[in-house]
Amino acid sequence: MGYDEFRREGGKMKEYAYFLGCITPNRYPGIEASTIKVLKRFGIETRDLNGASCCPAPGVFGSFDLNTWLLIAARNVTLADMIGLDIYVTCNGCYGSLQEADHLLKERPELKEWVNEILSDEGLEYKGRIKVKHIIEVLYEDIGVDKIKDAVVSPINAKIGAHYGCHFLKPSLVRGHGSPEKPTILDELIEATCAESIDYKDKLMCCGAGGGLRSRDLNTSLEFTRQKIANMKDAGIEASVDTCAFCHLQMDRGQIEIKEKFGEEYNLPILFITQLIGLSFGFSTKELGLDKHSIPMTEKFIR
Amino acid sequence: MSLLSEIEECGEVIGKDTIDSFLACMQCGKCTGSCPSGRVTSYRTRRVINRLQAGDRSVLADPNLWMCTTCYTCYERCPREVRITDIIRAVRNLAAKEGYMSKSHRATASYVIKTGHAVPINDETKKLRKELGLSEVPPTTHKFPKALESIRKIIKKTNFDKLVGFDWDTMSLEERGEK
Repeated sequence: MGYDEFRREGGKMKEYAYFLGCITPNRYPGIEASTIKVLKRFGIETRDLNGASCCPAPGVFGSFDLNTWLLIAARNVTLADMIGLDIYVTCNGCYGSLQEADHLLKERPELKEWVNEILSDEGLEYKGRIKVKHIIEVLYEDIGVDKIKDAVVSPINAKIGAHYGCHFLKPSLVRGHGSPEKPTILDELIEATCAESIDYKDKLMCCGAGGGLRSRDLNTSLEFTRQKIANMKDAGIEASVDTCAFCHLQMDRGQIEIKEKFGEEYNLPILFITQLIGLSFGFSTKELGLDKHSIPMTEKFIR
Repeated sequence: MSLLSEIEECGEVIGKDTIDSFLACMQCGKCTGSCPSGRVTSYRTRRVINRLQAGDRSVLADPNLWMCTTCYTCYERCPREVRITDIIRAVRNLAAKEGYMSKSHRATASYVIKTGHAVPINDETKKLRKELGLSEVPPTTHKFPKALESIRKIIKKTNFDKLVGFDWDTMSLEERGEK
């Protein structure tokens, strides 16, 4: 469905500030390009969030110094608050930091006061007027599975392993998307492209990158990844689709590291959800940055 | 000062109630059973909570404390609503304060001090960004030096630079033995 049709149906043009984080713009810009393109198909515009920084990673900087973590995360949320736009993110780590910081500032007035005192140096003030959203929420709630289905011109005929990552759904008390034990939101989005979302052993297991484990102990971190990917291969899965730039890096580049360190080769293509949807909308592999992944795309994912 | 009150102080922004929730732990072990790290390392979530309850400071020096990926599975499943993952983060804050911060973690922190990003841009990605029709450099601290200054001000205010051992004269990490 094109933009005009969307408008005819009474859809209001929505504009978001895109909080990029680190991995998306600095390692996998294909995720950035794909996301902007897919949203534009539905009349959703993306605006730059000028001067944003690292979120900073919730399990890494949150593990070093929670005060610094909250202040930098709050500054990033406030940049969007100042221009009155809701944020979307394409990384569970960014979501973890920004959504949790926003939640804490809305719940605890004394924290808001402290943060604002420090941010006032830069002429910033957190007012709590905006929402921090994960791209999955924008796809599922603002657009919806049916409209995505209607826009598919190049169906994906493949068996996909959904990888939710951790911080999109957990802690559920803060995220508010319901139980993280049996989610379907990503599976539904995958199946909107005509692909089949296949169940596999330990589907909801962590990729292994978070909490500073990847930088501190790469071998241990890769062992998580190896288990997940081997489980997907065992289930006959042809590619994995994720919701998080950091998981994406861990599972794509991680397969090269697994080959080097453990001598095991899996060659499982890794796609971010908007890259999969982008392919089904007729965008080329190159336009979506999929030709630059560490693990090459197989025939079913080449357009 | 007791171990509990030191952890409460480190975890002030996530709240005293969150930290104190470990006092309700009944040592059932559902956390350890749910832990993906526990499958491949000797990290035992239940044992960490047990040592905290006993006021055992040796937990701060234990490298296993850093094997948690903060996946929150234990936090979600705990029958006593112990906010385990958040507690781990606060305990790690205290461990970092006492000097138990790995060189690789100090390096990650130093990238944010230097560039505003934990994973900064490189030439290969700049080229790819252009090919994809994106700006060569993203509109972040990479493009706005004033924004990077704001990040550095925050870092100086919280003494994060001292925690990490960052030398502003050489713009690199100070030599420090790893505990």
